[in-house]
Amino acid sequence: MELAQFSPRRLAKRVSEGIDSPLLSVAIALVALGLAALTSATYDTPARIMNQLASLVAALVAMWIAARIPPQLLMRFAVPAYLVGIVLLVAVMLFGDVVNGARRWLNIGVTRFQPSEMMKLAAPMMLAWYFHKYETTLRLRDFAMGAVLLAIPVALIARQPDLGTALLVAAAGFYVIYFAGIGWKVLGTAALLFVASLPPLWGLLHEYQRKRLLTLLDPTQDPLGAGYHIIQSTIAVGSGGLAGKGWLNGTQAHLEFIPERHTDFIFAVYAEEFGLIGNCALLLLYTVLIGRGLMIAANAPTFFSRLLAGAITLMFFTYAFVNMGMVAGILPVVGVPLPFISYGGTALLTLFIAIGILMSIHRHRKLVQT
Amino acid sequence: MYFHAELKNHQRELHHFHMRIAIAAVLVLLAFMALLARFAYLQLVQHEYYNTKAEDNRISIVPLAPNRGLIVDRNGVVLARSYSGYTLEIFPSKVRDLESTINELAEIVEIQPKDRARFRKLMVEVRNADSLPIRTRLSDEEVARFAANRFRYPGVEIKARLFRQYPFGEVASHVNGYIGRINEADQLRLEEEGVAANYRGTDFIGKSGIESNYQNELHGITGFEQVEIDAAGRGIRTLSHTSAQPGNNVTLTLDIRLQAVVEEAFAGRRGAFVALEPSSGDVLALVSSPGYDPNLFVDGIDAQSWSELNNSLDRPLNNRAIAGLYPPGSTFKPFMALAALELGKRKPSSTIFDPGYFVFGDRRYRDSKPEGHGRVDLYQSIVLSSDTYYYMLANDMGIDAIAGFMKHLGFGAKTGIDLEGEATGVLPSPEWKMKRFSKPEQQKWYAGETISIGIGQGYNAYTPVQLALAMAALANNGAMYRPRLASHVDNLRTGERRYFRPELAARVPASDEHIEFVKRAMAGVMIEGTAQRAFAGAQYTSAGKTGTAQVIAIRQNEKYDEKKVAERLRDHALFIAFAPLESPKIALAVVVENGGFGSRAAAPIARIALDYYLLGKLPVKKRAIEDKGGSG
Repeated sequence: MELAQFSPRRLAKRVSEGIDSPLLSVAIALVALGLAALTSATYDTPARIMNQLASLVAALVAMWIAARIPPQLLMRFAVPAYLVGIVLLVAVMLFGDVVNGARRWLNIGVTRFQPSEMMKLAAPMMLAWYFHKYETTLRLRDFAMGAVLLAIPVALIARQPDLGTALLVAAAGFYVIYFAGIGWKVLGTAALLFVASLPPLWGLLHEYQRKRLLTLLDPTQDPLGAGYHIIQSTIAVGSGGLAGKGWLNGTQAHLEFIPERHTDFIFAVYAEEFGLIGNCALLLLYTVLIGRGLMIAANAPTFFSRLLAGAITLMFFTYAFVNMGMVAGILPVVGVPLPFISYGGTALLTLFIAIGILMSIHRHRKLVQT
Repeated sequence: MYFHAELKNHQRELHHFHMRIAIAAVLVLLAFMALLARFAYLQLVQHEYYNTKAEDNRISIVPLAPNRGLIVDRNGVVLARSYSGYTLEIFPSKVRDLESTINELAEIVEIQPKDRARFRKLMVEVRNADSLPIRTRLSDEEVARFAANRFRYPGVEIKARLFRQYPFGEVASHVNGYIGRINEADQLRLEEEGVAANYRGTDFIGKSGIESNYQNELHGITGFEQVEIDAAGRGIRTLSHTSAQPGNNVTLTLDIRLQAVVEEAFAGRRGAFVALEPSSGDVLALVSSPGYDPNLFVDGIDAQSWSELNNSLDRPLNNRAIAGLYPPGSTFKPFMALAALELGKRKPSSTIFDPGYFVFGDRRYRDSKPEGHGRVDLYQSIVLSSDTYYYMLANDMGIDAIAGFMKHLGFGAKTGIDLEGEATGVLPSPEWKMKRFSKPEQQKWYAGETISIGIGQGYNAYTPVQLALAMAALANNGAMYRPRLASHVDNLRTGERRYFRPELAARVPASDEHIEFVKRAMAGVMIEGTAQRAFAGAQYTSAGKTGTAQVIAIRQNEKYDEKKVAERLRDHALFIAFAPLESPKIALAVVVENGGFGSRAAAPIARIALDYYLLGKLPVKKRAIEDKGGSG
């Protein structure tokens, strides 16, 4: 009987405790599709595949740890994580490395690190913590406070400039506010105000920024710059047809017509080679992932965990929708990666930590029931 | 009861939350359905269209680099132009063995070691270029020889490229600047400015001088061709063509002939010269001597020329006119006199006795004339350049009053000239010293230090362009115009001309009466004072002031002997002037490093410049410049 304690089955059970298999299988399936597309997109630089696999291992470990942190403990991290994130963002503004014209990276000796990435989780956590604290007495003032807490990191990230990430952080925070129960009238008024503020904002933009926005409406205006991306990625998607050209057979990808084809535009490579059927599969996987996430949110025990789970889940949706919409030419070109598919270690880490948090919330759904 | 109500409340909250989850789920599904519809549209409905585009007609977009604009002087003489020539370029990705390819190429075209060195350097520096030049400026014969042997060299091609050329070589090199290959730092900056797309197909960018400052004007707008390519990436036919729009021509305020005359006059000596039109701020000449040949930089400078330029003790790459810092010496005195009049510290009539020295505490400040000038009034103090007068004046005014007035004349501040790399200089004050030094004993301002400030020594350090600007402001009765090199730009395509307006930078707070007095005293310098010899027989009226600035401190009671001091430790010679006296057309500042006395080394250069600018008179032996200048 003593020996049985060391049985592999027991160990496997210990390790897999708290790991939600539907979530994990969907995420792994997505990563597998991503690696297939990545192999095709980076046939000339095979080292990227190894890098991505290494990142995946690290991300899985991070997920496993996150899944073990109870939501009550996580809530205690919310404020420090948010404050550290803000400090790091300010540090990036002052001392950050410039890559591709934007100041996003902080050099911490061994590696470079994007503090804006951690804000994708820290900001919704902070807001969820705040609303949880005033759960029973939430009123308009609190939502305004939440908006301010959100606006600070969003503004810092937008300044880098990294419009894509700023948008994602803003969306994540907005979802928390939405789930916390902000009134529909307030929401409607805010939306109206936002629309009304667009014309004056337009006046504040630089000439080249306006040009960039106009390119979204008519890509042919700028065939050498941003318009080129949209034109070529649309051709890639369209030429894929129903069943696709087959793995490793995408001409658009291999003749180097698709820019940034291993990161933000990897979906163009995928859609060209796997066609509409492949796209349906991808959408289905995302739908299952989001459905599972929303279910976990619905059953979550505390206000904090409900808000966080809901926001994280809709964040997955936002990533996927904005990225695929961009590649398919119906949304603006903003730097948003396709979750679990695009190349990039930091993004993968964030995504799997988010999955881990969802798992933890699911696992502790009955423990604190009041 | 209360507990029950809260529980009920909680249930309602939960219900609301579930409602919101459901709404979100519906929205997610709708959004995904919209995506699905878009995919179906692209991949089913439009599939044929896009498939044709992708499979049969692969369209490649080829950028067409624009022609870089010209730089011309105020009279239309061309200072920088582009001409097309042929280069022999290697596509490193298509060549198996670079070294042997280059060796084989050397059999039919001349390839020098420096060409190889440059190619290797470019391989390291330019990362994402398709092809790199192994030889530039091929002769027609070489082009023909390569064309006949082309089949032997896969991955090597002849390309027609535009080259930049500076017909005047060293003349005005610090104004023109030069262009060079776009490096990684340039690329990043272009991306940051959001104009990287407009530089596709362009290899060169302005690196210094006007070429860099007016890069956006000179560059133009890149055109493009949509070209059909086959599966191997070869072009089949051109589908559409949008021409590049050439860059604007930039017309300078500079007079290249005046510039050339002055550069000749420097005859290789180190120094700087700036001439301004007082009423507009136009820079008529801006000399930093010695210069360098910007043509060397166009192809990528070879290591030997670079190290010669970079390691020369004369620092030819430094632009002394805007970045060289010099104590103004006695050229500071007219401005001190103006300050004294304006602040009521001196009247024109009041005199002092100059015994040849001024004693402050236990220190004796020597006059450059050991026996002294005797009784001196304000007019004579400028004409004779009495040091003692200004030692006393500075002592009476105090450092705060001096610094307070001099800042209105632009001393110790960037002039805002349209060239990069301008130095700020030092207008000494107790606040400046506090900031400049860290040790408390060094931070304190000593009254003795004020005294040498009065004769333009001590911590005083200004650029030649600052001196010229102060002179111009005085000549223009206090209205100070920002120095400007670019007058206007011409768009060749539309014929539109855009002027850069003269910009009134400041007004010197001094009355016309006081300015007039100082001007007259400076006119006296030319007729009966220290510049009398240099300006003997001039056929125009003028005003000026000589200056001699110490490079090394001379101990008390020690006599400065020019011959004994090593060449580089000799005094700097300075001169400022404007002419004609009544309606000034030109104001200038000259510095000759280690030139000795201002009257002997600097004033003659000013004379040559004014003779040429006002009378069109050339120094006899300098005829050659006229012929060269006329050709543009």
